[in-house]
This record gives sequence, structure tokens and C-alpha cells, in this order.
Amino acid sequence: MIEETVGLLMERWDFFAGLLTEHLQISFISIFISIAAGLGIGILISEFKKSSKIVMGIVNFIYTIPSISLLGFLIPFSGIGDTTAVIALSVYALLPMVRNTYIGIANVSPLIVEAASGMGGTKVQVLFKVKLPLAMPVITAGIRNMAVMTIALAGIASFIGAGGLGVAIYRGITTNNKAMTVLGSFLIALLAVLADLVIGKIEKYTYKHKAI
Amino acid sequence: MTDSKIIRYENISMVYSDSQVISDINFEVKKGEFVTVIGSSGCGKTTLLKMANGLIIPTSGNVIVNGKNTRQTDLTSLRRSIGYCVQGSVLFPHMTVAKNIAYVPNLLNKRDRKKIDAAVDKWMNIVGLEFSMKERYPYQLSGGQQQRVGIARSLAVSPEILLMDEPFGSVDEITRGMLQDEIIRIHEQTGITILFVTHDINEAMRLGTKVLVMDRGCVKQYDSPDAVRKNPADEFVEKLLFRSVK
Repeated sequence: MIEETVGLLMERWDFFAGLLTEHLQISFISIFISIAAGLGIGILISEFKKSSKIVMGIVNFIYTIPSISLLGFLIPFSGIGDTTAVIALSVYALLPMVRNTYIGIANVSPLIVEAASGMGGTKVQVLFKVKLPLAMPVITAGIRNMAVMTIALAGIASFIGAGGLGVAIYRGITTNNKAMTVLGSFLIALLAVLADLVIGKIEKYTYKHKAI
Repeated sequence: MTDSKIIRYENISMVYSDSQVISDINFEVKKGEFVTVIGSSGCGKTTLLKMANGLIIPTSGNVIVNGKNTRQTDLTSLRRSIGYCVQGSVLFPHMTVAKNIAYVPNLLNKRDRKKIDAAVDKWMNIVGLEFSMKERYPYQLSGGQQQRVGIARSLAVSPEILLMDEPFGSVDEITRGMLQDEIIRIHEQTGITILFVTHDINEAMRLGTKVLVMDRGCVKQYDSPDAVRKNPADEFVEKLLFRSVK
């Protein structure tokens, strides 16, 4: 089994390298979009607390839709292919981003926030100089979680005609080629683990000065 | 003369949902005075202090700071002209000592690095912090050092008024004595107006040029420490004084 898989990788290296690149592209674009959108929404609902319940409710609801059916829903709007995959993955990744940004900011000590504004910081200054830096460990934990999830989930995107390593898995299943399925899965797992390690390093750095 | 009265509390009342925290307080602070506010916990002294920089707006009455009513003025610029120093380690944990002290100057004008560095050096010197500590983080400092950084931070733009809320509450007796000497010296050197909240009667009597005694949201007595000692206004003040070292 292992020999077969390794053999397949050697033999069809180009094919897999292509899929790997596509997979990375789809995942990274989604991750980037949801970091931007998630941070924005998270910051907004932590500044306007009244809206947080509704927004969190909506985001939580979207998260409960099975990924396969979300991909299906989107086909009438954005057709098949990479675009739909990116939209679906970004929407999914939104929950951990929004939640962690919100919780991270909400957990900054109110005493520190009061001191920061009591000394004459405007809302924006307090946000960028104090709240966000102190919320950073929680936010990076959210990014880490979300990145791993997105890379794994991107495997399903091949079902609606998007590229990526899911193509190998899908083809392996339909042609009863076990080695192909295993290799696709293995590479996705490898990507996820690597992403986890890299972001973990960044996370450690944000924790460095939080020992109070 | 409105000029010499730098802070005025006019008919201040404060009501939270249905409990009255402060009822009809009137008093004035003259420029250059060191007013200590003393009273039991929950008597409204912190609330009173936070009214001076607009963190709390009274339910009724007006607080006039430097001729500006906190109800109408731009609070951000008012706060930048008032030093604010709070109990415990409310230093920003993610900033170094130098960055902490430079917080307010940085809010004002980021570009003038030289001026900011000079201000940091000046105030580290005055509060007795060694320059080698500049790059340290708050968690690497002792309680006393943290307080010094807090004081330096609140003074960094040389404000006219300094508000202090039990700033020495969490340090040991010896360090507290040193910090008290320090703040007296700073007051004498700079002629700054200080409003200082404490629950320690000894501290209040020692530091203040005037002492404001509060009980359950009312002012019991507002006078010089000597006058308070000689003629306590009522039983409450007397009881407070009884605990002080004569």
C-alpha cells in the first residue's frame, strides 16, 4: 500500500504538484478573505455590543449548514468551480474568526481600557494601541484553528468542480484507485499540519509579552 | 476669580439605577493644591475622581475643569491635559516601560520622537527609575517599580492636573513611604494640582495640603490637615482620625 502510494507520487509528480498548488491557492485566498472580514466584523460587534448577539447568531447559523449543501446552494449563484469554493470556504471560516476576535477584545481588562481612554485615547487609538494587541493571542488562536479547518475542508470543493487535492481523492474513489485516494488525503493532512505548525510559531510570539 | 479655581464641583449628584452614590456635593480645588480624598469604600470617592476627567458624567450638577464643563467640552483633549494614575498594574502589559510612559505623548504627536524620548528620560529621572529599565515589560518589574512607571506615564505630557486613585494601594509599607516622598517632591517641584483618592487616613493627612473627608456620598469636611485634626467636623471624622497615628 505504502509502496504503491509512493510509487504513484513519483510517477505522477506533476499532477500532484499542480493539485497541491491549486489547493493552496483556494485555501489561502479563503483564509485571507475571512481574516479580513472576520476581523472587521469582530471589531465592529465588540465596539457596538448590542449587535453582537444578532451577528453571532447569524454566523453560528451559517456554520451549522453542512458544507456539501452550502456548496450546492451556491451553484445557482456563482456556478461551479473555484469561485464557489472560495466563497463557501470563506463563509465557513468566518465563525472562528469573528468569535475569537470578539472574545479576544471583550476579555481585555476593562481597567486597562478605562486607563487608556482616561488618559485621552480616542476610540480608534484605544482599539489599535491597546485592545487589538492584547487580543492578539486569542485572535491568532482563531486563525490557526480556522486555517487548518479551511485546508481540510477545501478537499470537498472538488465535488463542485473546483481544483485542489480533493480532485485526487474524488478520482481515486470513482476509479477505485486506493493509492490515489490515500495520497490525496495524506497531502491535505500534511498541508494542514504544516499550516498549524507555522501559525503556532507566530502565536507563540504574540504570547511572549503577555505574562501579567 | 475663576482662574485660581482649577476644578469646581457644582451641586453634584450621582444615581446608579436606584442607589444614590453621591448627593449634592460642592467643592473647589485651587490651582497648585494637593487635595486628598478620604472615606470608607463605596463612599463615592472614586466616582468623584472620575468625574474630573469625564469618565463619569454626573446625573445632575456640573463639573468645571479649567473653565470647561465636562458635559460640553471635548473629553479627549481635556483628558490629554489631565494626568490619570490608577491603582495596581494598569500598565499596558504589551508595551515596554518606555512605550508605556510615552503613551500620551504618542497620542498627541507621533512624529516628534526626540521630544517624546526627552520627556520619557525626564520623567523616569524624576520618579527614580533607572534608564536600564526602558526596554523591560511591566511583568518584569516589582510592584513599586510598576507604580513609578504609572506615575511617570500620567505625568509624561506635564499636565496641569493629576488625578490619582489609590496609586499606592498595592505596594508594601516601605515602598509606599518612598513613593509618598516622591509625589510630595513632584508636587513641590512642578506646582501641579493633584486630586488624590485614598482609604488610608495617614496617607491623606501626610500628603494633602487639603483633605476632603467623604462618607456615604456626602462631604463631611474639607479643610487643611491641621484644621481637620484640631476640629473634626463630626463623629465620623473623629472616628477616622482615631485610627491615624498622632
